[in-house]
Amino acid sequence: MGVSWSRTAKAFLLADFVGGFKLGMKYFFKPKPTLNYPFEKGPLSPRFRGEHALRRYPNGEERCIACKLCEAICPAQAITIEAEPREDGSRRTTRYDIDMTKCIYCGFCQEACPVDAIVEGPNFEFATETREELFYNKDRLLANGDRWEREIAKNLELDAPYR
Amino acid sequence: MNKTLKLVVDGAEMDVDGNMTILQACEQAGAEIPRFCYHERLSIAGNCRMCLVEVAGMPKPVASCAMQIKDLRPGRNGEPPEVKTFSPLVKKAREGVMEFLLINHPLDCPICDQGGECDLQDQAMAYGEAGSRYHEPKRAHDEINLGPLVKTAMTRCIHCTRCVRFTTEVCGVTEMGSTGRGEDAEIISYLDQALTSELSGNVVDLCPVGALTSRPYAFAARPWELRKTETIDAMDALGSNIRADVRGRAVLRVLPRNHDDVNEEWISDKTRYAIDGLGRQRLDRPYIRHEGKLRPATWDEAFAHIVAKLHGLKGEEIAAVAGDLVSVEAMYSLKDLLGRLGSTRVECRQEGAALPPENRAAWLFNPGIAGIDRADAILIIGSNPRKEAAVLNARLRRAWLNGAEIATIGPDADLTYPVTRLGAGPETLADAANLDWVRETLAKAKNPLIILGNGAVSRADGAAVLSAAMGLAESLGAIREDWTGFALLHQAASRVGGLEIGFASEGGIAKIYDDAASGALKAVWLLGADEIDPSRLGSAFVVYQGHHGDKGAHRADVILPTGAWLEQPGLYVNMEGRPQLALTAALPPGEAREDWAALRALSAALGVAQPFDDLGGLRKALFAEFPRLAAVDSREAAVWSGVPASEGGLSGAPFAESVPDYFMTNAVARASATMAELSKLAKERRGTTLAAAE
Repeated sequence: MGVSWSRTAKAFLLADFVGGFKLGMKYFFKPKPTLNYPFEKGPLSPRFRGEHALRRYPNGEERCIACKLCEAICPAQAITIEAEPREDGSRRTTRYDIDMTKCIYCGFCQEACPVDAIVEGPNFEFATETREELFYNKDRLLANGDRWEREIAKNLELDAPYR
Repeated sequence: MNKTLKLVVDGAEMDVDGNMTILQACEQAGAEIPRFCYHERLSIAGNCRMCLVEVAGMPKPVASCAMQIKDLRPGRNGEPPEVKTFSPLVKKAREGVMEFLLINHPLDCPICDQGGECDLQDQAMAYGEAGSRYHEPKRAHDEINLGPLVKTAMTRCIHCTRCVRFTTEVCGVTEMGSTGRGEDAEIISYLDQALTSELSGNVVDLCPVGALTSRPYAFAARPWELRKTETIDAMDALGSNIRADVRGRAVLRVLPRNHDDVNEEWISDKTRYAIDGLGRQRLDRPYIRHEGKLRPATWDEAFAHIVAKLHGLKGEEIAAVAGDLVSVEAMYSLKDLLGRLGSTRVECRQEGAALPPENRAAWLFNPGIAGIDRADAILIIGSNPRKEAAVLNARLRRAWLNGAEIATIGPDADLTYPVTRLGAGPETLADAANLDWVRETLAKAKNPLIILGNGAVSRADGAAVLSAAMGLAESLGAIREDWTGFALLHQAASRVGGLEIGFASEGGIAKIYDDAASGALKAVWLLGADEIDPSRLGSAFVVYQGHHGDKGAHRADVILPTGAWLEQPGLYVNMEGRPQLALTAALPPGEAREDWAALRALSAALGVAQPFDDLGGLRKALFAEFPRLAAVDSREAAVWSGVPASEGGLSGAPFAESVPDYFMTNAVARASATMAELSKLAKERRGTTLAAAE
């Protein structure tokens, strides 16, 4: 068994150390891909399917007409709707519940909706401390819609050419 | 003469009746023809053009619903006419018709109650093109008023005129019509007033689009959410076949099922819309009267209270009265329980009808409901079939349309067809054989039919009226081997079943009243009996077993809650003696139980346990004792055993209207908000008519 001169030379000249240091320095000076969440956030596609929202028309009238197509198509059966004629005779929901713990975020509900009332908005930060808080009712969904309307409308507009 | 002709449908040759239309022949051949205006039970209109087919040799497609086979010409060499139902020409024709129909039809399927069960929706998917070439403004239309039951959206109307033909032909009220042509065509109601027919709800089923929908059911549910149960109606004695649609625990709507021998395809408005009464005034837990007030209790407490009260009573001191909506099983179970306590005092004729339980021919609709079609002269005595059995009245009307002569003895009422009114009371009946109409028409008819109302035999002289009417039938020769021309028109769904199992006793309800007043009767069991006079039960201990807080429950000392007729399975025997099986559509509320189960549990508490532990066992015992009831949906005709003798003569009082308020005839209907609204409307209308007459 002879002595490997090149290994010995590398060992004495700290070649591995220098190589590792070089790699470290290379990444040290490179732009960083990690985000400083929650202060920084990555880009989202207009098709991103996040938290649900019920939208309104610009005049404040709620869009949902209680056709129950979202309820019918929901593969997780997370949506519950009850309806009756409103005082002016129009068809509206008296109850619109989504069990967000059941929801699988497939987006079928927004695909089925004929009036773009139920949408999955860009919000993905709706973790809660209790399970009950994830049982959304109509008020919560409409409030979501009011809060996210600008983003949702923009996303729909951006995605419209591909529909 | 029916001539059999040869016809080729889609390449297959077949023999068909020459009087049939091409559409019927194609259906026989198994070819599907789309249609909107054509309906089996209505006249042919031929205005939707959806049923176009190609007939070889014809220059244009033919509307198959309006073309008879015998009008088709054979081919040049004598070959049979050839019909094609899916050729390119037919496909193009259907696409064209569909495009025309959809020009003015709004795209509001998501808010339309017909969505999901709409003929236009389905056929547009199956036979229509994907797109539209129409870019002009659509036509819109004002709503019309069809009353509180039918909601309209006339913009959706495709002018098939099914509703117009139904109200005119079947209901017999000419209150709908169509005016204008082309784009101006519109369906209107007479003077924009609500429909006055008891069958008006059926236009909702007939409408192939969402122009006429059910108002009480408006926006309540989608068809795919409903659990459907095929069952039997208990609102009248006809035993209409229905389908109850349930979501969650609530019965949301009732639809008719087809049964050619009973209700055909129609049901009355009460059957269809009284169901909202199932959600109101319900007894959902047992109650015990304590110091004059009913207080909630548990089943065990209620049973203990009943056991204590019944302890030491002799058999003849206990009696039971059954109501109008209870099933045969419930009555049988109660009769069995009372038998074990030593009592035979059971009574189902709560309005006091003098019907002899042993003489079956005296209380059946002997010719059968379908037998009305064969009758050619009909005498209606002391009855208003329009109020007592609205669907049966439609059949009577059809008999009149087919040429039958109809006369009445009793109150003057609009029966939707012209009748000869012979008189108002029993004196006319006693003298009937000498009346011109009876001698000239009824006696000479091939199949004469005498219909006696239940109200006419519920009077003090009921037995005499019954024997006079049956005697008249016999003397006219209406009782033959092949035809029994005497029919009793019942009003209560449970009555015939009760009489079949002998749920009746000597003296009837009058004796129960008398004995309760005199103190000879110490306990009365009311099985859903609400049409009695509770004030005449004296100081008797009253147990009410039922589902609604109505008259009976107000008088009760103990209330045992049970399910209503859509909430428990049971047999109902209709007025022609046809046992039919009702199924559970919804669950009873709260602690309410099935009738037989409550009685079975009580029998154990009383120490006289009944020998069956489930409904199957009960039915086994019931069928062993009354094998006739086991033949579900088939009727056994009664044997005519002569006219029952009656003591006492006919009184002079005229026959009164037996149903003063059509919409308030039982506890469920009285609890229904829809029925209350209709009742109010009917009263207002009657008031206006009276004022106008003055």
